Amino acid sequence: MHGAHSHNYLNHEKGLWSWLTTLDHKRIGILYMISVFIFFFIGGIFAMLIRWELFNSGSSDPAMYNQYMTFHGAIMVFMVIIPGIPAFLGNFFLPLQIGAADVAFPRLNLLSWYCLMVGAAVAFFSLFASGADTGWTFYTPYSIQTDTGTIWLVTGAFIMGFSSILTGLNFIVTTHKLRAPGMTFWKMPLFVWSLYSTAILQVLATPVLGITLLLLVAERILGIGIFDPRLGGDPVLFQHFFWFYSHPAVYIMILPAMGIVSELISTYSRKTIFGYKAIALSSVGIAAVSFFVWGHHMFVSGQSEIAGIIFSFITMLVGVPTAIKTFNWVATLYKGSIRFDTPLLYALGFIFLFTIGGVTGIILATIGTNVHFHDTYFVVAHFHYVMVGGTLMAIMGGVYHWFPKMFGRIVDDGMARITFVLIFVGFNVTFFPQFVLGAMGMPRRYADYPVAYEALNKISSIGSWTIGLGFLFALFVIIHALKRGEKAGDNPWGAMTLEWQTSSPPPHENFKKQPVVTAGPYEYR
Amino acid sequence: MFSSTAQAAPRSLMPVQGSTVAGYVDSLYIFLLIASFIACVLVIGGFIYFAIRYRRRGENDKTAYITHNNTLEFAWSFIPFVIFMVAFGWGWWVYDKMRSFPENALEVHVTGYMWAWDFMYKNGKRTTNEFTVPVNTPVKLIMTSRDVIHSFFVPAFRVKQDVVPGRYSALWFEATKKGRFQVFCTEYCGTGHSAMLATVNVVDLEEYEDWLQVDPYRGLSLAQIGQQIFEGRCLVCHSPGQDRKVGPGLGGLFGSQVELDDGTRVLGDENYIRESILYPNEKITAGYPAGVMPTFLGQLDETEVLGLIEYIKSLE
Amino acid sequence: MSIAKTHQHAHHFQSAEHQFESAKLGLWVFLSTEILMFGGLFVGFFIFHGIYPEMFKEGSTFLDWRLGAVNTVVLLLSSFTIATSVYHAQKGNQKAVVWNLAATIVLGSVFMIIKYIEYSSKIEAGLLPGQMFSYEAAESANLALYFSFYFTMTGLHGLHVLIGMGLMAWVLMRALKGEFGPGYYTPIEGVALFWHLVDLVWIYLFPLLYLVE
Repeated sequence: MHGAHSHNYLNHEKGLWSWLTTLDHKRIGILYMISVFIFFFIGGIFAMLIRWELFNSGSSDPAMYNQYMTFHGAIMVFMVIIPGIPAFLGNFFLPLQIGAADVAFPRLNLLSWYCLMVGAAVAFFSLFASGADTGWTFYTPYSIQTDTGTIWLVTGAFIMGFSSILTGLNFIVTTHKLRAPGMTFWKMPLFVWSLYSTAILQVLATPVLGITLLLLVAERILGIGIFDPRLGGDPVLFQHFFWFYSHPAVYIMILPAMGIVSELISTYSRKTIFGYKAIALSSVGIAAVSFFVWGHHMFVSGQSEIAGIIFSFITMLVGVPTAIKTFNWVATLYKGSIRFDTPLLYALGFIFLFTIGGVTGIILATIGTNVHFHDTYFVVAHFHYVMVGGTLMAIMGGVYHWFPKMFGRIVDDGMARITFVLIFVGFNVTFFPQFVLGAMGMPRRYADYPVAYEALNKISSIGSWTIGLGFLFALFVIIHALKRGEKAGDNPWGAMTLEWQTSSPPPHENFKKQPVVTAGPYEYR
Repeated sequence: MFSSTAQAAPRSLMPVQGSTVAGYVDSLYIFLLIASFIACVLVIGGFIYFAIRYRRRGENDKTAYITHNNTLEFAWSFIPFVIFMVAFGWGWWVYDKMRSFPENALEVHVTGYMWAWDFMYKNGKRTTNEFTVPVNTPVKLIMTSRDVIHSFFVPAFRVKQDVVPGRYSALWFEATKKGRFQVFCTEYCGTGHSAMLATVNVVDLEEYEDWLQVDPYRGLSLAQIGQQIFEGRCLVCHSPGQDRKVGPGLGGLFGSQVELDDGTRVLGDENYIRESILYPNEKITAGYPAGVMPTFLGQLDETEVLGLIEYIKSLE
Repeated sequence: MSIAKTHQHAHHFQSAEHQFESAKLGLWVFLSTEILMFGGLFVGFFIFHGIYPEMFKEGSTFLDWRLGAVNTVVLLLSSFTIATSVYHAQKGNQKAVVWNLAATIVLGSVFMIIKYIEYSSKIEAGLLPGQMFSYEAAESANLALYFSFYFTMTGLHGLHVLIGMGLMAWVLMRALKGEFGPGYYTPIEGVALFWHLVDLVWIYLFPLLYLVE
C-alpha cells in the first residue's frame, strides 16, 4: 500500500495503533472506508439470503427470513448508506476540497468512528441474543412484544446516531470556519454543498431518532407505555417520530451522492457545471422540505385524511429541486468533451437509475395510487433504485474517481468497467421486476408468496447474484489496484477542485502551502 | 397455502379491477406511467445522445462555457411542477373517492391478530380468513387488531388500511366482479406475516343472504368443526403432524407426556389442551418461546373449544 | 497571525481566536441537537395531553408545585453563578471563577436532592410509569401514562444535570490548575452554555408538568 516513497499521510506514522488513534481526517476516512466495506459485505450476505429464500414459492423458514430482512435493512441503512458517503468520502475530501488542513474537531471525528464501531458491535450482538425480527423500522407495538434480541439492535442504532450527529456537527463548523482564503460559499465545490446540507439534516433529525429509540428501549425494559396500546399509549406516534427522522435520513443518504455526481459529470466532460447555484441551492431546498414530508410513509396508517393530502402535496414539492438537479447534469454534458472513464459510467448509471427511482417516487407520492402500492414490492423497488441505484452507484463512482488521490495509484480501467456492467445490469434485472410484482400486489417483507409471483421473483434472485458478483469483482479490482496499480499523478483527470492541487496521496498536512482560491471550482474554459 | 384462492395474482401488470375505485386508480396510474416514461426518455435519451455526440475527440478539445440559462431552467422547474400538481390533484380526487364512505354501506367487523383475520356480521355470523360480500353493494369494514399493527389489503379492489390495536379504522369498497379475491396483510407483524391471508368471496345478493343464514357447523361432527377452526386459525403455527412450525406440531399430543420449559412434564389431556387454547402462556412447551401464541379466550365458544379438543385427539 | 500566547491552537486553525469561534459554533450546533431531542418528548407530551387533558390534570395534582418552584429558583441561581464564572474568566479573576463554579455545582446538587425527595415519594406511592404503576386510587384509567412522561422527561433532564455537574467538576479542576485566562476559557464557556440549556429545559418542564391545567 505504501508504494509512494514521498512523505504522505499513509506513511506519516506507522502501525495499527497509529491508525486507531489517528486524528487525521484522511486516515479516519480510510477507517470508515474499511468498516463500511465490511458492513456492506455482511449486509450483502443477508441480501443474498433473502433472495435465496424468495427464489421459490413455498417457505422454508419464515422466522429466519424475517431476521435476514431485518439485518439486511438495519445494516445497510445505519452502517452502510448513512456513513457511506459523508463519513468516508466526505471525511477524506471535505477538508481537501475547501483547502483546510483538517476538520474543525479532529477528536470528535475519531470519536464518531468509535461510536459507529461500538454501535455496530452492540447491534451485531443481537445476532447472539436470538436475533431481531422487527424490520429496520422497529414499528411498535410489534417491537415491544417480540421476544427476540431487538433491544440490542435498537440500542446499537441509538449509539450509531451519535456518530452521525458528531460527523454532521463537525462538517457544519468545518464548512463555516475552515475554508481557504478566497473560497466564498459560492466558490465551494458542489460536493461540499451537498455535504453541508446533509450535515444540517444529520444534526437536526438524528436527535429525534435518538429520543424515539431511547423511548423504545425504555418501553421494552420498563414498560413505560407511551407507544403501547395496552397501557394507553399510541403505537402510531412511534411511526410519526420514526419517520420524522427517517425521511430526512433518506436525503442524508442521497444528497451527498448527488454532490459526487455533480463533481464527476463536470470533471469527465471537462466543462463547467450547468446551473451551479441552482444545484447548490436545490440541495439546501431538498434538505429543508424533507422535514415536512414524513407523513407520506403513513398514508394508510390511520392518520387523518387532511394530513395525508397535505403530506402528498409537500412531497410533490421535493420533486422540483430533484428534477432541477437532473436536468442540470444532462445540460452539463451538452457541448462537453466527454471521456468515458469508469467514474463517469457510474455517474451516468446514477442518473439512469435515479431518474427511474425519482419518477416512481412521484407515483408513490400521489396519494390515490399510493394506497395500492404502499408496502408492496413497488416500494421496495423504488427505494432500491434511489438508495442502491443512486447512492451506491455514486459511492462506486466516487471511489474510482478519488482512488488515485487516496492511494496514489490508478485503478485498472478495463476491469473497473466490467464491475460497472455487472452491477448495473444485475441491478436492473433484480429490481425492475419488483415494480411489476408490486403493481400485481405482492406485499413486502413476505417470506413466502403465491405461485403467480414466482417467475418474476426468480428473475430478481438471478439478478441479485449478478450484483453480488459485480461487487466481489469490484473488491478484487480495488485490492489489485492497491497492490499493483500504476502510480498516479497528482491530477490524473485534469480536475479543477482543490484536492487535485496537492500531491497524491496528500501529505499529512494536506497542502504544503495554504491554497488561496481565486476562481470557482469548475472553471473549464 | 395460497393455491386455494383463485385470482391470487393475475398476469397483467395490475390485478383485475374488482371494485368501483379500481378503474380510477388505474387511469391515474397509467397517466403517471406515461408521464414517467416521457421523463425517462428525455433525461436518459438526452444524456446518451450528448454523451455520444460530445465524446472526447482529443486532448485539446475546447468546451463551451455555459453557466446557466434562465429560460431553460425556468422551463424545467415549472413544467415538472405543473405535472406534479396534476398528479397531486388527481391523486387527491381518487383518494377522496376511497375515503368518502357511502351512507348505507353493509358493515362488517374485522379483527386482525397474529396471524389470522376474523370477520363478524351484524347477525352474529362469524368467519375466519374468508368472508362473503354481495356484488355491487358498498361494504364498509370496521377494523381493529388484538395485538400488533396489521394492514388489510385487497389488491383487486385497490384498497388498503392499517389495522391498529386499541382503535378502529375503516375502509370501504364496492365489488364489481364476482369471484374470490386475495386479501394480504401488508404491515409486518412477525413470523406468520406472509401467511396472514384471507379471501373475500364476492357473490350475488341472494347467494349472500342465503350464506348469511347458514350455520357453518350444521351437520358437522365435533371433530369436523374442530378441523374447520384448526385450518382457519391454528394451521399457520401448528402442524397437524409432528413438524415444528412456529409452535409445536399437535399430532399425537393427546395422551402424551408434554415436556415444559421449566423441566416438568404434564399429561396432554382435555384440560391441558383447553388451557393451552384459552391461557396459552400458563404452560410453555420446552424449546418454544413464551408469549408468542395469542389467547383465544372470548374468541371461541364452548362448542368450538370442544371441537378443537376432539380434532386434536384424532391427530397422530 | 497569533493573538493569544496563553494557549496553543491546533494546527488547522489560524489562531486561538479562530479556534474559539469554531468551538463556539460547534457548541451551538450541539445545543440545537439537544433541543430537538427534548423537542421530541415535548411533542409527545402535547399530543397525549391533547387526547387526555383530564388525566394530565389529575397527574399534576400529585406533584408538589412548591418543590418544583424551589428547584426552578435553584437552577436560575445556578445559571447566574456560572455566567458570573465566565465573566470572571474573561477578566482573569481566577479565584472568582473557582468559587462560582463550586457554587454552581452545589446548586446542581441541591436540585438533585430535591428531585430525589420528589422521586422517592412518587415511588413510595406507586406512581410509576406504565406497567410498574401500582397506585390504586387513580381516577383516570391511564394515569400511568402521565408518570411515564413525568419520569422520562425529568429523568432525562436530571441526567443532563448530572452530566453538567460532572463537566463543571472537570472544568473546576482545570481552573484550579490555572489553565484559564482571558486568552483561553472555551471549556468554561462551553459548560456554561450547556448549563443554560439544562436550565432552559427545566423552565419549560416546570409549568408543563407541575402547573398544567
